[in-house]
Amino acid sequence: MSFLSTIKAAALSVAMIVSVALPAAHADEQYFPLQSYRVGPYAAGGTGFFGGFIDYLNLINIRDGGVNGVKLTWDECETQYEVERGVECYERQKSHAGAAAWNPLSVGIAYAMIDRITADKVPLITVNHGRTDSTDGRVFPYVFPLLLNPYSETSGIVNYIASKEGGIDRLKGKKIVVLYHGSPYGKETIPIYELLAQKYGFTVQQIEVPHPGNEQQSQWLTIRRAKPDFVVLRGWGVMNPVALKTAVKVGFPVDHIVGNVWSNSEEDVIPAGDAAKGYTAITTQASGNSYPVVQEIVKTVYGAGKGNLGDKARIGSVYHNLGIVNGILNVEAIRVAQEKFGHRTLTGDEVRWGFEHLKLDPAKVEALGAKDLFHSINVSWDNHEGEGYVTFQQWDGKKWNVVSDWIAPDWALLRPIIEKSAEAYATEKGIKLRTADDANAVTTN
Amino acid sequence: MTAITGDFASVPVLPKWLAPVLLLAFAYGVVPLIGSSYLFEAILLPFLALSLAGVGLNILTGYAGQVSLGSAAFMAAGAFAAYNFNLRVEGLPLIGSIFLAGIVAAAIGVVFGLPSLRLKGFYLAVSTLAAQFFVQWALTKFSWFSNNSASGVIDAPRLSISGFALDGAIGRYLFALTIVTVLTFLAYRLVSSQTGRNFIAIRDNETAARIIGIPVLKTKLLAFAISSFIIGVAGVIWAFAYLRTVEPDGFDLDRSFQILFIIIIGGLASIRGAFFGAALIVVFPLALSRLGGFLLGDLFDSGVLDMSQRIVLGALIILFLILEPDGLVALWDRVRRRLLFAWQST
Repeated sequence: MSFLSTIKAAALSVAMIVSVALPAAHADEQYFPLQSYRVGPYAAGGTGFFGGFIDYLNLINIRDGGVNGVKLTWDECETQYEVERGVECYERQKSHAGAAAWNPLSVGIAYAMIDRITADKVPLITVNHGRTDSTDGRVFPYVFPLLLNPYSETSGIVNYIASKEGGIDRLKGKKIVVLYHGSPYGKETIPIYELLAQKYGFTVQQIEVPHPGNEQQSQWLTIRRAKPDFVVLRGWGVMNPVALKTAVKVGFPVDHIVGNVWSNSEEDVIPAGDAAKGYTAITTQASGNSYPVVQEIVKTVYGAGKGNLGDKARIGSVYHNLGIVNGILNVEAIRVAQEKFGHRTLTGDEVRWGFEHLKLDPAKVEALGAKDLFHSINVSWDNHEGEGYVTFQQWDGKKWNVVSDWIAPDWALLRPIIEKSAEAYATEKGIKLRTADDANAVTTN
Repeated sequence: MTAITGDFASVPVLPKWLAPVLLLAFAYGVVPLIGSSYLFEAILLPFLALSLAGVGLNILTGYAGQVSLGSAAFMAAGAFAAYNFNLRVEGLPLIGSIFLAGIVAAAIGVVFGLPSLRLKGFYLAVSTLAAQFFVQWALTKFSWFSNNSASGVIDAPRLSISGFALDGAIGRYLFALTIVTVLTFLAYRLVSSQTGRNFIAIRDNETAARIIGIPVLKTKLLAFAISSFIIGVAGVIWAFAYLRTVEPDGFDLDRSFQILFIIIIGGLASIRGAFFGAALIVVFPLALSRLGGFLLGDLFDSGVLDMSQRIVLGALIILFLILEPDGLVALWDRVRRRLLFAWQST
């Protein structure tokens, strides 16, 4: 009998703790479900990005006590960058109350989530990547490829090459080789390179490197025969250092290789050693830890022993800074939405409204301590990318140095292509195009 | 009261159809009422798709004795074929495109089954790798397969049967459950037919089978065709009902291994084994990961937890196979016999 009563007492106390703890957990908290990947082939990117994101959320909690008093919370679910794990994590984490936005940092997982988050009305952020046509907010109300979609990236790279050659009209007659990863991600920009080549009069040759890309001898021999003026490296993971090393082997000058946004990290160049010296790559967020916001993270978050990166040398690396910028964009969207709907836990749809009114001009970016870390963003209900600017960094063997101004992609040229593709998707799926009025109708509970 | 003889064989056996019928009644009648969206989306749908793939591979490997590492390729062929039939053939009902997708997978299966006429065992397994690499390569290389979608990732069409939409989690579950039930029943009938016995004869002794007049060539190719048909349809369920998106990367060699492990752990040459194996492979890691996250989530980051779950899972698989080399099915039968026996003797 006494054993039974012990169990009863224990069960009672557990029930009491749960009943006390549960309502408290719902009071004024905004939750970020993080489908992170710290294991598997892409762990380098995952740990850096999610480390930076969590560091920024921690900074807001420690320094400001949350966003206007609303604490930020999160938990992690490991995806290993695999789609079905990402879906499982989505189903697991979506039951948590007060979800602000999803940030899977994986094209495959993002694709599998589009129908689901649209039904659940919670924004899906694919910073610097994702489906290009999800830029069109008329068709994809809840998907935000913030800062840079793949087409803008392409246009930014071509504009940079033009500036190196001395103007856009000097591209005529030039030859560019695009070395791309043999995956959906790698192939996404094939048509847009063709289009830009026609428009500006350069020739383009696009060469595929089969996944994972640890052997590229034949591709680089082809490049040597083609004698291009520039090679664009559209790589991923191990393909990048191998490309740089093979380029040196066949004698192609590394300072004429331009990397895309997923070939631009320390993890891409350090394994290549000296072969990477002089290599240039595009980025939306400069690397380094001199920016005030990064300094505050070092002082406040790492100082309190709450830093997320195991290796402090990675603070300010490309992926870490991308995570920080992503944190800024998410937090500021919440702030925008709070001004409209009140300083409380917001619904996913309210946060969506916040993202659609997320406008950070360079002055606001400076006030956030991120001057020169990223340029600006200007999201609207129908433009979910937000006109991000790009810059270029050159690797000197130890660190990245910014070697260009902030460059604007040619959005006016790209917009009609994006709209056409989005409208085709809308027809295929039977989606009615959203209007500005629809965007202002917000589900508040 | 029967006398206690200690002989398990004397335990009266329940009618064979009783357990599956009860299970189906539960799956159709009860589960949709009580299940949460997590149960359908994260557990039951992948479980059904992989079980069906396991049933398909078991016909080839378990019954006919031909080891294959190309299962994921046949799944991919099925998924992409169904997508294209659905897209390009006006007015074709969904069931029609799924059936044709199975036929396409079967045809590819036959082509890559041809080496089985000369190769055996591990050599055959290695040659089926060709299917794995070729199909994945072709789907990535030729963008026609993904309707020239810029990124090569395609959206599954809406599921509906004669105007009745099945887009919700429960609808997709019932859709998958029905297909799996029908195909499993047919597979069950097949393995107890003359053809099924021919498969087993070839597996056990090919020369003897030839001598007693079994057409070895035809039978082997038939096994490849039927197996690939079922695996192809499993691919359709995986893509249309479970993930609702298709990309060639999702059907990589890991998936082929996963399906092979499902039938080895579940039990070779057993239709039920595929379901047992899939349950272990799908549900067990999730249970471990949730338990780990619940107990230790605050202490370690998700990467460390994930790694330790793999170690636990690996150790358990080794333990299972040592305790019962014939798979979970044999383990289950033993436990059931003991229970029935114990029940009888009281």
